[in-house]
Amino acid sequence: MEQVTTPSPEQKHSFVRKTNNIGERIIERCVKIIGGVAVVLIFLILLFVLREALPLLMGAFSQSQTAQSTAQSSLSDTLNLKPEVYNPDVILSEHQAPEEFAPEVYNPDVSVPTTIHAEKINNETEAEGDHITLANILGTVWQPVSTMPKFGIMPLIIGTAKTTFVAIFIGAPLGILAALYAAFFAPRRLREIIKPMVEILAGFPSVVIGFFCLLYVGSALQNLFGFDFRLNAFVGGIGLAIAVIPIVFTITEDALSAVPKSLLEASLAMGATQWESAYKVMLPAAFPGVFAAVLLGIGRAFGETMIALMATGNAAMVSASIGDPVRTFSATIGAEMGEVIWGSAHYSILFFLGVLLFIVSFTLNAVTELFIKERLAKKLQGG
Amino acid sequence: MSTKRLIGIFAVGAATVAVIAIAGLVFSTMGTFLVKGLPNITWQLLSEAPRNNNTEGGIFPAIYGTTLLVLVMSILGVPIGTITAIYLNEYTRAGAVMPRVIRFAVNTLAGVPSIVFGLFGLGFFVQFLGVGLDKTFGNTEAIWAKPALIWASATLAALTLPVVIVSVEEALKNVPQEMREGSLALGATRWQTIWKIVLPNSTTGILTGSILAIGRSAGEVAPILFTGVVYSLPQLPDGVSSQFMHLGYHLFVLSTQSPDVDKTLPLQYATTLVLLMLTFTLNFAATFIRSRIRSKQFR
Repeated sequence: MEQVTTPSPEQKHSFVRKTNNIGERIIERCVKIIGGVAVVLIFLILLFVLREALPLLMGAFSQSQTAQSTAQSSLSDTLNLKPEVYNPDVILSEHQAPEEFAPEVYNPDVSVPTTIHAEKINNETEAEGDHITLANILGTVWQPVSTMPKFGIMPLIIGTAKTTFVAIFIGAPLGILAALYAAFFAPRRLREIIKPMVEILAGFPSVVIGFFCLLYVGSALQNLFGFDFRLNAFVGGIGLAIAVIPIVFTITEDALSAVPKSLLEASLAMGATQWESAYKVMLPAAFPGVFAAVLLGIGRAFGETMIALMATGNAAMVSASIGDPVRTFSATIGAEMGEVIWGSAHYSILFFLGVLLFIVSFTLNAVTELFIKERLAKKLQGG
Repeated sequence: MSTKRLIGIFAVGAATVAVIAIAGLVFSTMGTFLVKGLPNITWQLLSEAPRNNNTEGGIFPAIYGTTLLVLVMSILGVPIGTITAIYLNEYTRAGAVMPRVIRFAVNTLAGVPSIVFGLFGLGFFVQFLGVGLDKTFGNTEAIWAKPALIWASATLAALTLPVVIVSVEEALKNVPQEMREGSLALGATRWQTIWKIVLPNSTTGILTGSILAIGRSAGEVAPILFTGVVYSLPQLPDGVSSQFMHLGYHLFVLSTQSPDVDKTLPLQYATTLVLLMLTFTLNFAATFIRSRIRSKQFR
């Protein structure tokens, strides 16, 4: 059907009259320029998130060696630069490491900065860049608001990994199995209910899922498993699984329906039962699509903010237990960005976390787009 | 034979259990919020401003802010999404490089975490465009270089761009090729064909795209966290450069950061239900229109 109505490229362009109207030419030129906006947007996102993270990266990789020696001498200067010190009672002593005077600025009025303010911040950034070393970033303590700020992203990595793992471990099988059921085992009437039902689930705003976990799932799981904390990685993971299920379901369903019906018919004709055909013929045939579904599910769980913010407990802990509270990348950005001084080291490192999130989601998407989708197409056409 | 049968029962059983689990999830969440939220929805709640540090009174400013936000978002985002779809569908060949690159970008955009859009909004719109605008107009105090409704809307427009593009493209594809050919054969230029034939026949698709985008963005909180939303406002936003209140953010703050969470619980349930109603109504409307389009298919 599609083949008949879609003309080949040559056809589509052969009978088009060239316009002489200047207005139309301008319009068409505009359409062509705006058509590329999505591409430009991707670059802009990377560029501007990176731009805000850059002071930190420069500081971390070029000045880390000199930080220790220079900071001691410029101690008094550094202090003079900070107008609002969080803990002004700290007594300066010679024993204290220079990092302790990193400007722990806490200004709740950041929402209305002025241009003068911005300049001031730039000065601070330069001074602060000295204190952010690579070792600090790779440390195991995330304590951005203290007299001696520590920006170790290790606990955040562990936290993100834990919640993402739980979410995929629960969400992916549920989504895939439900898609199999809808495709092969459900009576026709039921099938027409399952799809809208999953769409309803997909329509839940994440803040509502977070609220639900906060109110009910946390207490329920604590009673069930006896966790020490009501909100923990497991609760957050369940919340994320709720967000992941619709994605996995939809993409798996698409992949399964893309497998030619003849495969199923051949399998059934050979005497295989319905479940054997579903699990042993159709699912393997759609495997690249299912894999893509899981990858995109991981991307969603990894980047989801509000659920992680509300249901994980938000404590940056290094622990292996799934019952401990965790703090994810996105939740850290969401929770702390509202309270930092624009341009400070803390601000930069939050943008740095954003860069990491962007890179991971971009990679996951690129893998599914370039690798898996082509593979699926090849497999289905060739096989 | 019997073990095989057992595996079969297990395989089908597992799939059934998965569906039941998902159904249970959907109905328990919906049921909970309906039962707990419905009694708390009163006219007072919908029409009044919050009182007593947001622990009493209504949520009208939040409803107003959310509505304004998504409206400005559609004004900014829908034209761009539509034009992109027109470009992809009407001006490029299927296998060419440019549409493939654009499609890749659109898919990537759809996968970028919403919090990254928030950072982008802060870094680009507020810190770059806003600061630039203030410098250009010589404002001594920050008018644009601060979180504002317009920046939050623009961020959401970027976030929902893929939704609009995919939806409009589907509508454009549904316009039969013969109609284009007829128009071109009568001597119309390509733009005339698009403007007079293709677009009028895909308005419902554009509508669906806008509604879907609004439905998606109405519940998004992460992108607006640093680009314009506030917890409480002395008065309603009076322009695109003012800050605004938002249902989702209201719920977030009430449930996690308020000093007395239990006291505001009825308010939280009510806010949740209003937010759910808003997104579901929009999603159902979009699904309905879309199924109408598909069933018509221009005989």
